[in-house]
Amino acid sequence: MNSVTSTQDTAAHESDHGHDSHHAHHGPAKGIKRWLYTTNHKDIGTLYLWFAFIMFLTGGAMAMVIRAELFQPGLQIVEPHFFNQMTTVHGLIMVFGAVMPAFTGLANWMIPMMIGAPDMALPRMNNLSFWILPFAFLILLASLFVEGGGPAFGWTFYAPLSTTYSGDSTALFVFSVHIMGISSIMGAINVIVTIWNMRAPGMTWLKMPLFVWTWLITAFLLIAVMPVLAGAVTMVLTDKFFGTSFFDAAGGGDPVMFQHIFWFFGHPEVYIMILPAFGIISTIVPTFSRKKLFGYTSMVYATVSIAGLSFVVWAHHMFTTGMPVYAELFFMYCTMLISVPTGVKVFNWVATMWRGAISYEVPMLFSLAFIVLFTFGGFSGLMLAITPVDFQYHDTYFVVAHFHYVLVTGAIFSLIAAAYYWLPKWTGVMYDVGLAKLHFLVFTYFR
Amino acid sequence: MSEPMSSTEQQVQQANSRLVKRLLLATVLMFGFGFALVPLYDVFCDITGINGRIYQKSPEKAQGIEGQNLVAPLTQAEQNNIDLSRSIKLEMMTISQAGGAILFEPIDKVLRVHPGQMAEARFRITNVSKQAKYVQAIPSISPGQAGLYLHKTACFCFEQQLIAANQQSEFVMQFYLDTDMPKDVLQMTLAYTLY
Repeated sequence: MNSVTSTQDTAAHESDHGHDSHHAHHGPAKGIKRWLYTTNHKDIGTLYLWFAFIMFLTGGAMAMVIRAELFQPGLQIVEPHFFNQMTTVHGLIMVFGAVMPAFTGLANWMIPMMIGAPDMALPRMNNLSFWILPFAFLILLASLFVEGGGPAFGWTFYAPLSTTYSGDSTALFVFSVHIMGISSIMGAINVIVTIWNMRAPGMTWLKMPLFVWTWLITAFLLIAVMPVLAGAVTMVLTDKFFGTSFFDAAGGGDPVMFQHIFWFFGHPEVYIMILPAFGIISTIVPTFSRKKLFGYTSMVYATVSIAGLSFVVWAHHMFTTGMPVYAELFFMYCTMLISVPTGVKVFNWVATMWRGAISYEVPMLFSLAFIVLFTFGGFSGLMLAITPVDFQYHDTYFVVAHFHYVLVTGAIFSLIAAAYYWLPKWTGVMYDVGLAKLHFLVFTYFR
Repeated sequence: MSEPMSSTEQQVQQANSRLVKRLLLATVLMFGFGFALVPLYDVFCDITGINGRIYQKSPEKAQGIEGQNLVAPLTQAEQNNIDLSRSIKLEMMTISQAGGAILFEPIDKVLRVHPGQMAEARFRITNVSKQAKYVQAIPSISPGQAGLYLHKTACFCFEQQLIAANQQSEFVMQFYLDTDMPKDVLQMTLAYTLY
C-alpha cells in the first residue's frame, strides 16, 4: 500500500517539477522537499517532534517572562497587559503547540511499527495535518504584534473577556485555533483508521500495545471535542465581529453558556494530553522491570472509563458559577470517580515493578518521577474536586500548580521518557547517558 | 509504474475510505452539536430553572402568558393563600453596563415578602448624558431554582425603556412569590443589569 502511494506521489511531484522526470527517482526527495512532500510516517513523526520542541522552547521563553515578573511582588519588568498576553499565549502554545503535536509525533512514529502496518493509513492527509500547524502558530504569534496586543484573556478565553473586552487580534486567535483543530482532527482520523484497518494479521484488539490503545481512545476524544472547540471559537468570533449574542446577556445570550461549551471540550482535552502519557509509562515500566505489565486488560478498561467519565465532569471547572446543589454534588462525585480508574493505573504500574528486576535507565527514571509526581497532581485534583473546598481554591495558584503537576511532570515527563526510550531506535545512536541523567536531576529538582 | 493492487489491499483501501467518511461525518456532527448545545442548555435551564433567568419570551407574549396564568393564582393569593408562616428576604442589586451615562439604583434595597403576597420593588434610572437613551434591564436571580417561584406581574424589564436626557425615572417591578417556594429558600437576590 505504501509503495503504491509513494510512487503515485513521486509521479505527481515529478510532473509538477519537470526537472528530474527523465531519470528514475529512488528514495525520498532531497533537501527541503523531502520534508515538505514527505508521506513517510517516520518523517512526519520527526517533523511533529521537532515542531513540538521548538514550540516548547517558545512557550518556555514566555514562562520565563511570567516567572521573572512574579519573582517579586509588584510591577517589575512587564506591563500587566503584556503579562496577560504572555500567560494566554504560553498556555495555548504549550497545550496545542507542544504537548499535543509531540504526542501526535510519537503516534506517527510508533503506531505503525507497533501494529505491524507499513505506514499510516492516510499518508498524504498526514502530511497536510502537519504542515498546516506551523501556519496556525505563526498566526498566533503574529497576533502578539498586532496593534492593541495579542490575546490577553487566558487560554480558556472566557466570554466576555474574549468578546466585549478583547482586541482585534481575537480574529487571528480564532483562526489559528481553527487550524490547530483541523490539524488535530485529521491526525486523529488517521490514527483511528490506521489502528482500525491496518493491524497485522493476528494483532487482535487485546494484543495491541497499551500506547496504541491509549492513542486510539485519545483520537476518539479528539474527534468528539475538537469540533466543539471550533464551534466555541466561532461563536466568540461572531459575537465579537458580527453582532450575534451567544454569550452576551444584553442580546439574550448567556456568558455562563460559554463556560459550559468550552469545558465540554476542555475537560476531555486534559485527558487527550494525559492518556498517551499513560500508554508511554505502561510501555517503559515493564521493560525496565523485566516483567509483563500487570493487569493489561484492567489498564484498557481504565483508559476507556477515564475517557467516558471525562464527558460528564466538565462543570467541576464551574463550581462557583452558582449551580444548584444537586448539580454540584453530581459533578463532584463524578470527578472523584475518575480517581478510581486512575488509581487502577498507578496500582498496576507499581505492581508491575513489584519483585521485578528493576534497573534505573534514564527513561525509567523519568517514568518513576512521572508516577510519583503525577500522583501528587492527581491528589491535588482530588482536593479541587471537593466542591466546598474548591470555593476557596477556585482561580488561585493552587489550580495553576495542580495542572502544572499533571501537565509538566505528567505529560512532559512522559514525553521526555519516550524520547529517551525510543531515540536509539529512531536514530541508531545512543545518547550520552551521563548528560541524560544530569537532565533528569535538573528537571526533577526544579520541577 | 505502480504494481497492481492485490485484492486485500483494495479491501483495506475501501475500508479506509469508508471509515474516513464516517469519522468526518462524526466531526461535522460534533461541530453541529457544539452549536446545538446553546438551545439544549436553554431548554434544560428552562425546565430546571437553574441559571437564574426568568424565561420571558417577547414582551407581548410574556404579558399574555403572565396575564392568563396569573388571574387565577393571584386572586387566590389575595384571598387566602398567603403563607404567613414565613417570609423571604429579597435583596435588589443593580448593575449599569451602559457606561457612566446611565445611573441605575434600587429604591427598595431589601424587601421581606410572604409567599403569595403581592409586592413591588422600585428602581431609579437616571440618564446623566445629554441624549435620550433606550435601556434594557436583564434580570438574574439567585438561587437559580428559586427563580421558578418568582412571578412578575409587571416589570420595567419586560421591554426597552426610553430615558430622556438628564431625566430621572422611577420604575416598578410587581411580583409575588409562589407558595410552593421550597422551605430552604430564606433569601433571594434579584440582580438587574442595565444595557
